Amino acid sequence: MTQLAPTRRVRSRRRARRTWLNLLGLLVALITLFPIFYMVSTSLKPPAEIETLTPHLLPSHPTLANYRAVLNGSAAGIPYWTFLKNSLFVTITAVAASSLIALLAAIAVARFRFRFRTTYLIMLLIVQMLPQQALVIALFLDYRSWGLLDSLIGLFFVYMAFALPVTIWMLRNFVAAVPREMEEAAAMDGAGPYTVFWRVLLPLVAPGLIATSVFAFIFAYNEFVFALTFLLTDEAKYTLPLFVQYFYSRNGADWGAIMASSTLFTLPVMVFFLIVRRRLASGLVAGAVKG
Amino acid sequence: MVRTIAGRPGGASAPAGRPQHTAPGLRLRAAVFIRRHHLAPYVLLVPSILAVGIMVVYPAVQIGVHSFQNYGLQQVTGVQPISWVGLRNYSLILHDPEFWLSLRLSLIFAAVVVPLTLVTGTLVGLLLNRLGRKMSAFVSTAAMLAWATPAVTASVIFYWLANPDGGVVDWTLTKLPHWLGGGAHWAQYSWTNSALPAYTLLTVLLVWQSFPFIAVSVLAGLKTIPAELHESARVDGAGPWRAYWRVTYPLLKPIYLVLLLLSVIWDFGVFTQVYIIIGPGNLDEYNLGMYEYERAFTMPPSYSIASALAFVLTLILLIITVGYVRSSIRQGAIK
Repeated sequence: MTQLAPTRRVRSRRRARRTWLNLLGLLVALITLFPIFYMVSTSLKPPAEIETLTPHLLPSHPTLANYRAVLNGSAAGIPYWTFLKNSLFVTITAVAASSLIALLAAIAVARFRFRFRTTYLIMLLIVQMLPQQALVIALFLDYRSWGLLDSLIGLFFVYMAFALPVTIWMLRNFVAAVPREMEEAAAMDGAGPYTVFWRVLLPLVAPGLIATSVFAFIFAYNEFVFALTFLLTDEAKYTLPLFVQYFYSRNGADWGAIMASSTLFTLPVMVFFLIVRRRLASGLVAGAVKG
Repeated sequence: MVRTIAGRPGGASAPAGRPQHTAPGLRLRAAVFIRRHHLAPYVLLVPSILAVGIMVVYPAVQIGVHSFQNYGLQQVTGVQPISWVGLRNYSLILHDPEFWLSLRLSLIFAAVVVPLTLVTGTLVGLLLNRLGRKMSAFVSTAAMLAWATPAVTASVIFYWLANPDGGVVDWTLTKLPHWLGGGAHWAQYSWTNSALPAYTLLTVLLVWQSFPFIAVSVLAGLKTIPAELHESARVDGAGPWRAYWRVTYPLLKPIYLVLLLLSVIWDFGVFTQVYIIIGPGNLDEYNLGMYEYERAFTMPPSYSIASALAFVLTLILLIITVGYVRSSIRQGAIK
């Protein structure tokens, strides 16, 4: 009996501590989720519940009217689908091109030892940190003379190039993880370099390629500074982030529609983030993704 | 899709069509040449070097060049030729009070946000490490969603939260008891009218957006520390505070250095959030990036002065980047 008492006390103390920790965790999660929750909640409110000085957390008469207005274009003049199409076009082409170019570079860096290899890797790290709002000045002047302003092709080139450093940096680990013996075995069986690439290396690197593509996708889909500067007067060419900002700066009062368009813009990124969360947790520190 | 690149003028597709007839000899000779001189890695690097060179490095050089010229509206429209002006743009910005104000705002902002982010991220990382599996997954998913929120969306949401007309922040502050600083004077308080409240809002926004990255990195670091180390510290009678500074921190120090430098680079150079929350037109609330951008893109544009400002911004960030690269190398990032 005398020996049991302290164990029970220790156990209950431990349980109390666990409860406190769980409560703390719950609090952190709720605070963190609040802005996102409030975005969705506002997007479901009718105007009367938004234009009030006593806001409620949940809409008392939830409505999809804001979404309808954004989707059919009655809120912004142009339907949401136009901007989604622009964003998807630029993003998908840029991700495909940069993945291909990055794969070539990753093979070079992971499979060969050559002069300037370290220099190349260091340059990748540095280039990634150059401020985009500085580079955009020179690029704007170049694009002006090249006739690439107000064009999605122009945005494609920037997104492709700016997604490269992170993509190469991450892909090289995936290429290095493919055992060299498999390529050598294929070569012994008479496969040329092209067959080795298509039949051996590419299938094995594919999961890594998908993971890095998601990062490139998130970067290009969210990008704001270049879109803001290069897409000037032609609203039909706007990408989604620019649409949200433009809509917000013009219709400063229509918060229901602004939050509905933000929700529609943000949901795909969140889904993608949850897909790659495992990769996010491991060894991101070097060659990190811009937040 | 990839064809867009290959189809570019001067790209690979045009010349590749012709040698097909004479191909065997030529292609073979090229292959032999590449193999004999060990050129394969360089050939593989060419596309990436071209893309990054043209779109990233060349503009960076151009900014340096423009900052010694008089590039303005008349030069861009061709009314007057571009001429060299030496260091005039730099002496202009050094005597420009707006430049010093924006630089000071950028410095103070980074000095406040970086420690706040690191401390918040560390505390959440330590918490995640001690929670049960389910709770930990729940909290880290919540943090992940904050991290995933695009800068544009996050800024618009926070602007709405702090809106004087119906924003939830002002409403909450009016309901708070007096001893917590609440009261009726918060009714319809504007957060974007002057620099201090605007940057307070930006601080909360940036900490909210960037603490998850720190938490996840710290958690990943904590998982590499053997549990026995903490146990022996506890046996020796160390409380959580001492255990952290004596055991955890020294082991995570290299990770912290990289996180610190990355945070400084991001928070000093923050643009999108400042552009949306503060908006064009509020000159006395600009940070360095915003001031530089607005000098280039509001009428009348002065690309040269903006380039000089951009060059200063880039130079400051490059100095921090050198530290980041060095600590990354020491961490074994380049293998």
